[in-house]
Amino acid sequence: MTCQECGERPATLHFTKIVNGQKTEFHICEICAKEKGELEPGTNHFSIHNLLSGLLNFETPINDSSTHPIYNRERQSCPKCGLTYQQFTQIGRFGCSECYKTFSEKLDPILKKVHGGNTVHSGKLPKRAGAAIEIERKVQNLRTKMQEYIQQEEFEKAAETRDLIRSLEHKASEGGE
Amino acid sequence: MSLQRFISEAVSPWMKDEGPDSDIVMSSRIRFARNLRNYVFPVLSNGKQNLEVLESIKTKFNEAPNEEVGRLELIEMEDLKPTQKRVLVEKHLVSPNLVEQSKNGAVLLSENETISIMINEEDHFRIQCLEAGLRLKEALNLANSLDDWIESKVDYAFDKRKGYLTSCPTNVGTGMRASVMMHLPALVLTQQLNHIIPAINQLGLVVRGSYGEGSEAQGNIFQISNQITLGKSETDIIEDLQGVVMQVIEKERSARRKLLDNSRIELEDRIYRSLGILENSRIIQSKEAAKCLSNVRLGIDIGLVAGITKSILNELVILTQPGFLQQYAGASLNPAERDIKRATLIRERLELEKQLKKSEGDER
Repeated sequence: MTCQECGERPATLHFTKIVNGQKTEFHICEICAKEKGELEPGTNHFSIHNLLSGLLNFETPINDSSTHPIYNRERQSCPKCGLTYQQFTQIGRFGCSECYKTFSEKLDPILKKVHGGNTVHSGKLPKRAGAAIEIERKVQNLRTKMQEYIQQEEFEKAAETRDLIRSLEHKASEGGE
Repeated sequence: MSLQRFISEAVSPWMKDEGPDSDIVMSSRIRFARNLRNYVFPVLSNGKQNLEVLESIKTKFNEAPNEEVGRLELIEMEDLKPTQKRVLVEKHLVSPNLVEQSKNGAVLLSENETISIMINEEDHFRIQCLEAGLRLKEALNLANSLDDWIESKVDYAFDKRKGYLTSCPTNVGTGMRASVMMHLPALVLTQQLNHIIPAINQLGLVVRGSYGEGSEAQGNIFQISNQITLGKSETDIIEDLQGVVMQVIEKERSARRKLLDNSRIELEDRIYRSLGILENSRIIQSKEAAKCLSNVRLGIDIGLVAGITKSILNELVILTQPGFLQQYAGASLNPAERDIKRATLIRERLELEKQLKKSEGDER
């Protein structure tokens, strides 16, 4: 078997990569492997960040014409910490909490890949910052309930629910910023 | 320093505790990644912001979270000698990353070393709780209480859709990594683990060596942890992990029984040879030491070897690593010197055990 990189020397290193059950094989000679740097046998520094930036680079379009709209998005940088999308794909880490907003458009497909298709948090809420969110979750539930009451013509119960929603919203606006 | 005193200082108090399923599960760990809303994450910080974070933590977290936990001691990485740092890594109290790469990195440690809160690692806070044996729920409760304590004093970076915002998107959501350290010699010996690992991976869990990411499994010790942090609640994550761990425990126990039934003499031979090496060798590399310790531990757990306490093996696994050996020697050692020191330490420790057992016997 010849090396997949240079196509000249015989391949002496064989890699198997399995991502989400998709198996890809990679055969390469030692000289090309050294040039690539990352594939040296025995070095075991292949971290989650390398893997992640692999996923991210996969998203980067090959077309690098500077007039292309996607290219401009690569140039986009976070207003708070200055991190560019390009840098993010290299280090695989965000620079600040604002980055999640700045790059939100690109984020969901990545999160889906990493977190088994999930994109929305459903775990713990912080006590202080989460109080408003908890009320919001409650109000949402009550609204659905109120609609059900109206449809079932249980207007008294619907009115009770409405008052409950109002008092919750009042509480939220008082406690909010 | 006497060996006994050195050990008492070297081994975290929680390690002496055995905990549920301790014949297979060595420890359970919960880690929360948390960040401050108004500061750039440590990865991008110019050092000045990290220093500000550290300074504010020094003043804000000076009191005990609660009576049970007690006061946490703040240790700054730059105040430590290289060997001392290495010792903290070998005890799993800080990450290699904190020691090697962080600017103004520090750790808040509880007296019994169950709790370590890393500061300015990849994220501003890494809250970690360790428990002996299979005790994920207890570790989660403890981590939650510390998390609430920290949140009462600082503003976390949190988004209602994305959850706790972390530097690496692989941690976003709960920011939680739950992991269980397991000793699986029989599954390795019978080559079943190779089939089990891919199945575990398909469930959104990862199997790695004992020092986490990129580390090799030494001494048949493996760490199973969750991969997914977004879209599942903390409780669901640990329940899933616990379920898989219970199954692996069952498989390991049944493999041990089968080995005993079908190849008892071979197994005994293997275990006693290892014990012989540990008791008599004058030079031993860490890999061989880990292998022998694993075999002897298996021997104790299945009742073939008597007269050695289980916990001394947990102890020796940690004590025979480069950082601890140099700490014990009180000097930096090259690899060849370490191999000699390691052999000495193991022999002395096993000898000490015999004396302790004997004096216990005399008293009775």
